Amino acid sequence: MVHVSATPVLALRGVSKRFGAVQALTDVELEVHAGEVVALVGDNGAGKSTLVKTIAGVHPIDEGVIEWEGRPVSITKPHDAQGLGVATVYQDLALCDNLDVVGNLFLGRELLHRGAIDEVTMEKQARELLSTLSIRIPSVRIPIASLSGGQRQVVAIARALIGDPKVVILDEPTAALGVEQTAQVLDLVERLRERDLGVILISHNMADVKAVADTVAVLRLGKNNGFFPVKSTSHEDIIAAITGATDNAVTRRAERRSTEAAK
Amino acid sequence: MSDTSNTVKGKGSPKDEKADAAVEAPTTVAPADDPTAAPVPVVDPRLLVREEGLKGYITEFKRKVKGGELGSLPVFIGLIIIWTIFQLKNDRFLSADNLSNISYFLSATGMLAIGLVFVLLLGEIDLSVGSVSGLASTVFAVFVVNHGMNGWLALILTIITGIGIGALHGWFFAKIGVPAFVVTLAGFLGWNGLMLWLLGSSGTINIPADSGPVHLFGQNSFFMDQAIVGAYLLAGLGVVLMLVGSFNDQRRRKAAGVPFRPTSEILLRAGLLAVASFVAAATLNNSAGVSNALVIFLAALVVVDFVLRRTTYGRKVFAVGGGIEAARRAGINVPMVRITVFAISGGFAALGGMFFAGQTASATLNAGGGNTLMLAIAAAVIGGTSLFGGRGSVWSALLGMLVIQSIQTGLDLLNMNTSIQYMITGAVLLGAVVIDSVSRKSQKAAGRA
Repeated sequence: MVHVSATPVLALRGVSKRFGAVQALTDVELEVHAGEVVALVGDNGAGKSTLVKTIAGVHPIDEGVIEWEGRPVSITKPHDAQGLGVATVYQDLALCDNLDVVGNLFLGRELLHRGAIDEVTMEKQARELLSTLSIRIPSVRIPIASLSGGQRQVVAIARALIGDPKVVILDEPTAALGVEQTAQVLDLVERLRERDLGVILISHNMADVKAVADTVAVLRLGKNNGFFPVKSTSHEDIIAAITGATDNAVTRRAERRSTEAAK
Repeated sequence: MSDTSNTVKGKGSPKDEKADAAVEAPTTVAPADDPTAAPVPVVDPRLLVREEGLKGYITEFKRKVKGGELGSLPVFIGLIIIWTIFQLKNDRFLSADNLSNISYFLSATGMLAIGLVFVLLLGEIDLSVGSVSGLASTVFAVFVVNHGMNGWLALILTIITGIGIGALHGWFFAKIGVPAFVVTLAGFLGWNGLMLWLLGSSGTINIPADSGPVHLFGQNSFFMDQAIVGAYLLAGLGVVLMLVGSFNDQRRRKAAGVPFRPTSEILLRAGLLAVASFVAAATLNNSAGVSNALVIFLAALVVVDFVLRRTTYGRKVFAVGGGIEAARRAGINVPMVRITVFAISGGFAALGGMFFAGQTASATLNAGGGNTLMLAIAAAVIGGTSLFGGRGSVWSALLGMLVIQSIQTGLDLLNMNTSIQYMITGAVLLGAVVIDSVSRKSQKAAGRA
């Protein structure tokens, strides 16, 4: 199910980020290929959000290189990331409640027809996009305020796709959703992969990660703590990497002993 | 609720049937217990759907009112009540002359209300429009009378002054972060002070009203010099423009295979507009004709309506009013939108001030004072623009002003003194805001806000 291309669409090489005295990210590596879903997991404060924000251009990196399709690029503001083809769906969806679905999908990128907003073409494209993603909402002309949480989430994700991105970052897309809505969003993530997009999925929910991700990248205390192919890794191994269960007094002692014994 | 299978306004072309099936849930919603099922054309019983025909309109209308989407309903009810009461008290109220008076005097405060609609759409308030309008009339008088400047040049400079003042308010609000309420309250006092200082010892500057903008905005200036055909021409133009626009839209929507308005509905709407506008035209013709002030006001409404609904700038205004964070993430320059909106408000306030100057052919100490500000805010809110931002239309300036000016003129006709007028204006403003707040509450309850 993984069709991984040779050159990653997006690659982070030795990225570090400091906020004052806090070292938020240290030498972080990450690769995302086209048609690959990379789950980014880690405990609270592990640096997931910071990492995503560096990719999205909210926080410029201090050290390291971001490579886009093999070329080093500089991402210093959100506009740079959008220009490259990175679309981010944040946890707080940030949709305009008063605008309808079409208005929200095209917000900031309205199509024009003789200088005026082209509602007809926008509506047509919105319907086409939603139907290719099998998104079901009552109508594309109702205000976002009338939609349920799950429907808002899929609209927010669909909105990220309007600009034809190559990498989509989803920040906890299923955190506030019910069983069926979660399934719909996971379906949607799989459809993004089928469209050959690279997906970075942040989630605390191991079931979701196991369900859709190809690779799991674990962050712990701002550093990489392992990359795991989902298929061949057990739930427990990932949890252990997240919590650092393998890194404690007992294991350290065992390690020390073994190195001493080797001498 | 209804089980009718034919629920969307128009049917897509056959090739779009599949897209319809997936997207347009009124016709197709998969059963909730089976998320993987292919979309099957069944009606989700939870969805409120629109029926065809007249009955559909009535149920839709009832549902909207219950859901707090009152639209222009309070205006029409208010107008009927107000006109009935005043007509019973004084049978000259609904005479052509009096209605013509209402139509003329509503345009000045209406201009202020147009600017306020922009600010209200952001969910903010501009308390300075009254003072700015007074200052504008004085600035214009100083340019023309004291410096002998050409009237039209003075008009342009005056409007630029208003835009500058508004932009200054917007800058303090958007860049410094001072609440708009406080900035414009300071402006309310400060610009009034500047006006008093400019007028100085003389107190009043009379502006020659035989030509130039002051004549145009004055009471004796009529569209096409009172030609009977003028009013009907305007009414006809409005109806034709609406028909052309609607059918054009229908044609493009048909071609694109998205739901469109049925011809019967377009004709019904155009018919209603035609009746309203031709009755208004006939009434005004029975008196003196259509005042140029009203024509300019209506033209401004059409232009601003287009800007708000059909341009990216208008969309940005609505977006900032609906969610600042969402707007910012969509790449909208929020401070720019805020500053320009306040600049627009200042510009329309200045233009409104010119209308006031036209009414009296002078710049006076009490121009733009008294209840001008309250009336303008009340007009925008009564007309259906929400104080909470993101919802409204510029036509609320016209509808609200019809109500407000009817009350003003009616009270004048009954020789009520200022004390009573202030109390009634205050009550009307409070009433409008109460309606807005209550309708917002029920919108929340109905999941629409």
